[in-house]
Amino acid sequence: MHLIQRTAGLTAVAVLWATSALAQGYPERQITMVVPFAAGGPTDTVGRLIAERMSEDLGQQILVENVGGAGGTLGAQQVADAEADGYTILLHHIGMATAPTLYRNLAFDPVADFAPVGLVTEVPMTIVARADFEPADAASFIQYVKDNADTVTMANAGIGAASHLCGMLFMQAVDAPIVTVPYRGTGPAMTELVGGQIDIMCDQTTNTTEQIKGGTIKAYAVTTPERLDILPDLPTVAEAGLPGMEVSVWHGIYAPAGTPQEAIDRLSTALQTALADPDVASQLGELGTAPSPAEDATPTALQAKLSGEIERWRPVIEEAGVYAD
Amino acid sequence: MDLLSNLGLGFATAASPENLLFCLIGVILGTLIGVLPGIGATATIAMLLPITFELEPVSSLIMLAGIYYGAQYGGSTTAILINMPGESSSAVTAIDGYQMARRGKAGTALAVAALGSFFAGTVATVLVALFAPPLTAIALEFGAAEYFSLMVLGLVSAVALAHGSFLKALAMVVLGLLLGLVGTDIYTGDPRFTLGRPELADGLSFVGLAVGVFGIAEILRNLEGGEADRTVLGQSLGGLWPSREDLKRMVAPMLRGTILGSALGILPGGGAVLASFGSYTIEKRLSKTPEEFGRGAVAGVAGPESANNAGAQTSFIPLLTLGIPANPVMALMVGAMIIQGIVPGPNVATEQPDLFWGIITSMWIGNLMLIVLNLPLIGIWVKLLKVPYHLLFPIIIAFSSIGVYSVKGNVFDLFTVAFFGLLGYAFLKLRCEPAPLLLGFVLGPLLEENLRRAMILGRGDPSVFLTRPISASLLVLTVMVIAVMLLPRVRRKREEVFVEGD
Repeated sequence: MHLIQRTAGLTAVAVLWATSALAQGYPERQITMVVPFAAGGPTDTVGRLIAERMSEDLGQQILVENVGGAGGTLGAQQVADAEADGYTILLHHIGMATAPTLYRNLAFDPVADFAPVGLVTEVPMTIVARADFEPADAASFIQYVKDNADTVTMANAGIGAASHLCGMLFMQAVDAPIVTVPYRGTGPAMTELVGGQIDIMCDQTTNTTEQIKGGTIKAYAVTTPERLDILPDLPTVAEAGLPGMEVSVWHGIYAPAGTPQEAIDRLSTALQTALADPDVASQLGELGTAPSPAEDATPTALQAKLSGEIERWRPVIEEAGVYAD
Repeated sequence: MDLLSNLGLGFATAASPENLLFCLIGVILGTLIGVLPGIGATATIAMLLPITFELEPVSSLIMLAGIYYGAQYGGSTTAILINMPGESSSAVTAIDGYQMARRGKAGTALAVAALGSFFAGTVATVLVALFAPPLTAIALEFGAAEYFSLMVLGLVSAVALAHGSFLKALAMVVLGLLLGLVGTDIYTGDPRFTLGRPELADGLSFVGLAVGVFGIAEILRNLEGGEADRTVLGQSLGGLWPSREDLKRMVAPMLRGTILGSALGILPGGGAVLASFGSYTIEKRLSKTPEEFGRGAVAGVAGPESANNAGAQTSFIPLLTLGIPANPVMALMVGAMIIQGIVPGPNVATEQPDLFWGIITSMWIGNLMLIVLNLPLIGIWVKLLKVPYHLLFPIIIAFSSIGVYSVKGNVFDLFTVAFFGLLGYAFLKLRCEPAPLLLGFVLGPLLEENLRRAMILGRGDPSVFLTRPISASLLVLTVMVIAVMLLPRVRRKREEVFVEGD
């Protein structure tokens, strides 16, 4: 009895102490940022870039942990199940919004099980082809694809990958069913595109910019509303005559649902500070993307983006009838 | 002379005191993690990435590259000493290397592996410097049809020339192929044989499988005999250095292994694995004493080790010339470069010549450091075998568990190790070799993926395999291997080996 009372008392003290400590001094130890993809990939690179700057602002190290597998759902699941104390966070991309449709037996709910922190960056995508692909400009490219829908081949980095999502949008836009060839990741797909084994692909600027500049592949359009500074000659999809194809691989940071508001706010401020750093901007610029503006690096903006994108992709994926489970 | 001035620039970059230091740190770290079973170069480089942010780009890449080829060296050490290959390419080294160790020739095996690796590393570095662009062009000629035919050739050779029972070798390859099917079908997204476990969605863990069927199974087998049995291993360590006879026997395999490894290393994916298996097969076929293979043949260590190291070196080619990573370690290097503000692409060699040539020359310097470091260390490694089993075994199991867990941070992978440890023990009892199983497991998914991709690209017309010249040549070679196997002389030899093996 005595013992129980003592334990209860200690627990109460501990809880009080923890709560007040959180209010005063979050973060007071190392934070783990789960990146649900392999180390070295584009998402991992974004994660590490931002984690480094956020650590400086928070005064505590953010450790990147790669929990790859099953299209990013294993890592996300791990964070959904983690303790909601602000010391485990998730960096995920557009896959957070497509997972509920692509995986019909997903064990977590991207909206209900997470507390959004903010948007990090939105990576543009480019429609590219092998260097000796015939059409000279975007208009003749679209015509060529429509006329030769049964012989043109399109690569993607696997079911549910950004290149796959963009490919589905492209087929809708040109209204032609093209033969798609999945690869195990972007690297092999790009190798075969450079080698001329396959005709076209839609991939992130992270992977394509240097190849386009080096002339090893050809680009026809970029999926942003405005042209890009690093590829100024490349028309936008709207200019190219591909309406409704604006798409970006947006990245966001999430905490488990129930994480104290102080922690969320602190993380969000650190994110905004990191994104305002000119070094971060120039490093993201090298990747063909830009930091999200401060008003987007907030819980509300990410919440809106996530919900909107879940609704946007559901019909696209259902119409294509492709599931990843 | 462009090449000379380029190499000069490379040496000027790589031989600066700071870069030499980071190269040394890299190879030491690489050797250490290679020696710890299960912990691979991928996990280590991932953990060290944040440290490299503070370094100069060239220094950080030199260090990361050092970790990569240092780990290849270290990986052979555990494969030889405790039958625990940490990477797919050292699985072959374990076959004869461990047998040499059991016969008291651990020192010789380690020295042969180190010398073979150094020779291969030197040759491959020169190849990268001289021929990187034309070799890239060849690698790009390889489409799905060519890969498929290459995998067929690799698998058929492995079965045709494996020692022991033909039927058992075939069964093990097929079992490996079947295990390779576990995971998500990349064309449809359907889960296959995942038993409803999300951990299996990406397939079985290679490290878990290898550590289980090789290492854990061997530990179980050793426990059968009790403490007394192990003195056989510990009492006589033999000479540490290869005899003149051993050196003579390793020259030709080393040369052939280097050529094969350099050629296959430039192909992304299964290239390096095929190289070490292929070299083993070739050496066994050419050997005057094929019955020695599987029981401690020097050529069976020298050939595959050279192939594996040459392949590790030339696998940098696609990264350096195209900016496209050929394997997960290269992908990490890309990540490191991007964070340093260098986006790898086809222009790196012209835009950043000091980086490009600095990395190439540092590979040779690193290989030199490795051999200087490793030869004196052999004595120490061999002493490890004197550690009593009741201490050594728990340590091995603890380290390999940590290693396997560190790859994905997933407890499920530890169950994989335990399961395959038991299965591997059963294989030992049944006299089934695990090496063909591993080859089937690694190549199976590539075989299937490329077959289906070739068929999609060829609109369902199987003649693509014969109309594309490289693919057709590889298939002709496959037919020749089968023909050779069916020749009566070789058959007889095979059967002799089989009888002796039992």
